[in-house]
Amino acid sequence: MMHKKIKLMLYRLKPEILLVLCCLTSSAYSAELQLIKVAYITQEKKIPAALSNLDVFIPQKGLAGTELAITDNNTTGQFTQQRFQLKKIIVPVDEDVIEAYKQQLLDDTVFIIANLSVENLTRLADLQENQDKLIFDASTTDDSLRNSQCRDNVLHMLPSRAMRADALAQYLLKKKWRHWFVVSGLRQEDQSYVHAIRRAAKRFGMKIVGDKQWTHTYDARRTAQSDVPVFTQGVDYDVLVVADEQGLFGEYLAYRTWIPRPVVGTQGLVPSAWHRTHEQWGGVQMQNRFKAAAGRWMEEQDYGTYLAVRSIGEASVRTQSNNMQTIKDYLLSDDFALQGYKGNPLSFRAWNGQLRQPVLLAAARSLVSVAPIEGFLHSKTVLDTLGYDQAESACGQPLENITNESSVKPQENGEKPVFNWQTLLQKLLDKVK
Amino acid sequence: MALILSGSAQAETVFVTLEKDNALAVVDPVAGKLLQTIDIGQRPRGIALSPDYKYLYVATSDDDTVKMIDTETYLEVAQLPSGEDPETFALNPEGDRLYVSNEDDNLVTVIDVFKQQEIAQIKVGVEPEGIAVSPDNQWVVSASETTNMIHWIDPATHTIVENTLVDPRPRAVSFTADSTQLWVTSEMAGTLMILDVKTKQIIKTIRLDIPGVNADKIQPVGVVIDKQRRWGYVAIGPANRVAVINAQTFEVEKFLLVGQRVWNLAFSPDQKRLYSTNGRSNDISIIDLERHKVTKSIAVGRFPWGVVSKP
Repeated sequence: MMHKKIKLMLYRLKPEILLVLCCLTSSAYSAELQLIKVAYITQEKKIPAALSNLDVFIPQKGLAGTELAITDNNTTGQFTQQRFQLKKIIVPVDEDVIEAYKQQLLDDTVFIIANLSVENLTRLADLQENQDKLIFDASTTDDSLRNSQCRDNVLHMLPSRAMRADALAQYLLKKKWRHWFVVSGLRQEDQSYVHAIRRAAKRFGMKIVGDKQWTHTYDARRTAQSDVPVFTQGVDYDVLVVADEQGLFGEYLAYRTWIPRPVVGTQGLVPSAWHRTHEQWGGVQMQNRFKAAAGRWMEEQDYGTYLAVRSIGEASVRTQSNNMQTIKDYLLSDDFALQGYKGNPLSFRAWNGQLRQPVLLAAARSLVSVAPIEGFLHSKTVLDTLGYDQAESACGQPLENITNESSVKPQENGEKPVFNWQTLLQKLLDKVK
Repeated sequence: MALILSGSAQAETVFVTLEKDNALAVVDPVAGKLLQTIDIGQRPRGIALSPDYKYLYVATSDDDTVKMIDTETYLEVAQLPSGEDPETFALNPEGDRLYVSNEDDNLVTVIDVFKQQEIAQIKVGVEPEGIAVSPDNQWVVSASETTNMIHWIDPATHTIVENTLVDPRPRAVSFTADSTQLWVTSEMAGTLMILDVKTKQIIKTIRLDIPGVNADKIQPVGVVIDKQRRWGYVAIGPANRVAVINAQTFEVEKFLLVGQRVWNLAFSPDQKRLYSTNGRSNDISIIDLERHKVTKSIAVGRFPWGVVSKP
C-alpha cells in the first residue's frame, strides 16, 4: 500500500528531486515497518489408542490456527506498517522440548505460543530466560495451572475444565436435570475432569446420585451391549455425566444405559471452546476461512492458537508496539476486546491469565446451547459465572486462603443463581482482619 | 401489477430480501400488506435500487452473484460478477459502479454495472462487511470486521488512501447526505462512532446502553441518517430495538421496540417512514418518523435481511 502511495506522489514530482526523495522515503519506509516476532512450539504426538477409526488422527492440531492468525495479522499489518513473523519449533516425540526450545529460539522473540503438555508448559514458563517473555498456553484445560500452579508469564486461551463443567451445569440446571450419575475413566485427566464436575455440581446445587469408575476389567468376551446396562443399573438419575477425555469408552454409553437417559460430559453433549456445528456471530466465516486454509475443520487447539496470535495482533495494532510489557499490560487491561466469533468480546481475567469466553454445548451434529445461559448473573460480567472467579482463585496466594465457596449461587428456589454478596463481603472482612 | 402500482397516488413499494426463503418480498407499506413473494436465488442478503428506480440489485450470496432485476417486470436482467459470497454492496450516486464486499477473500470487488464487468479488486482487511459510497462520490469506505478498520478508498484510482482504526467488529457504515460525516456501528463494543470525513478521525463515540438490557445483547448493525441530518437511526440486533439519535447533539433520544434481531433499515422515499428488517421474528416494522412510533409490523417470510423502498 505504502509503495503505491509513494509511486503516485512521485509521478507528480520533477525528475531532479526524485532521486533524493526516493532514498529518503525508502529509508523512512523500512524504519517505519515494525516487526513482531512470534514463536510457536509444540511436540509431535503418538497416535493414541482410540475406540474407533471414525475420527482420523490429526497430527498437527494447532499449527494451522497459528498460521491463519499470522496471515490475518499481516493483512491488518499492511495498513499499520507492522509485520508479524512466525518461527515454528516442532519437537519430535522422543526429544526433550526444553532442550529443543533452548537450541532453536532466538533471544529477541518475546511472544511464545505453546501447544504443550501441562508438564512441559510449566517447565517452559519456569525457565530463567523466559521470565521476560509472554507465553500463550493454547491447549491445556488444567485447573491447577490457573490456580495454585499459575505462572505470571502465562496466559491461557482455552476454557479450563472448571469453566466447561460450569457451562454444562448451567444448562442442566435450566433443564432441571439435577440428579447426576458420574462415570469416569481411570486416567489422571479423567479424574481432573470429575473434580471439575463435582465442583460444578456443588456450585449449582446438583446432586450426584451415582459415581462409578469404568475400569476396563470386564470380560473381553462380553460386549458393551451387555456391560453398560449392568454397569448403570440400580441408580435413578436424570443424566449420565461421563469423564473420558481420550475417548476410550464414553461413546459406548449412549443408548445402552439401563434406563433411558442422555449422556453429557466428554461424550454426548460436550462443553467446548469451538465446534464444527458453531455458525453464529460470524462463526461460519471463521469455519469457512479455516477450512479453505487448512483443508479440515478447526479443532479446539487451532482456535486456541488462533486467538493467541490474534491477541498479540490486536494489542500491537492498538498500542503500535512490539514491546512485551506494553502488550501484556494492554491484554490485561479493560480496553482489550477480542473478537472470538462467540458473541461477547473476549478478554483476560487479570487474576489468573485465563481468557474469559462463552463455552459451546455441542452434540455431534447440532449446537445445543451456548453458556453462560441466560439468567445466570454476575456483578461484573456474566462470562465470570464460568470457572474460578476472582474471589475463588488460588493464583498468587497460598492455598489456605481459598475457600470452596463460590460467588455464583443458585437462589433459594434453585432457579437463578446470583452473585452472593455475603460470601464476598465475609472474605473481604477476613482479609482486612 | 401495473394496476396496483397506479391504484394510489402515494404508491410506494418496499422490497425485502428473505435470507432463508431464497426470495424477495414485495410489500405495500401504505396499505400494510405483503403483495407477493418472488423466487430470487440462493441466500439473498444485500439489496439496492438504481438511482432511477428502474433496477433492483440483490446479492444472492450462495449463487456468488449480484442479480440485476427489472423493478416493473421483476425479471432478471443480468447477473453481475460479484466475486465469492457477496453479502453487502454499495452503488455509487450515478448508479454505474457497484462495490461488493467479499468477506472470505478480504477483497472489495468493483463492478461496471452496465458493462457487467469486474473492473478492479481491492485488497482490504480481514472480513470486510459494511460498505458505502459518499453522496459526493469522493469516497468508498469499507469496514473490515476482524481488522477493525475503516478503509478509505479513492474511487478514481481504486486504492486505499487512508485507514481509521475503530471499535471492534465494525458492521455498517453510512454517510450523511452532505458527505461530511461517516457513521459506523461496532457490533462488539456496542457503539456508534461518528467520523469526520475531512480528518478521517472519530469525533464522537456513543455507547448504546439500554436500561434493563444485557450488554451482550447490544449489537448495533444497520445505520441510516435522514437528509436534513436531524435524526440518525441504529438497528441494535438482538436487543430488538432501533435507537433514535439526535444527529446534531448525538444524544440518544429513545429506543423503539421492533421485532427480533433487527438487522437493516431503510427510509421511505419521502423520509416519513422507516422500515426495519427483523430477522428472527420474520417481519418488518414500520416506524412513523414524525411521531417516532412503531405503527405496524408486517410478516414477510423467513429471515428478512435487507430492505429498500421505491416510489
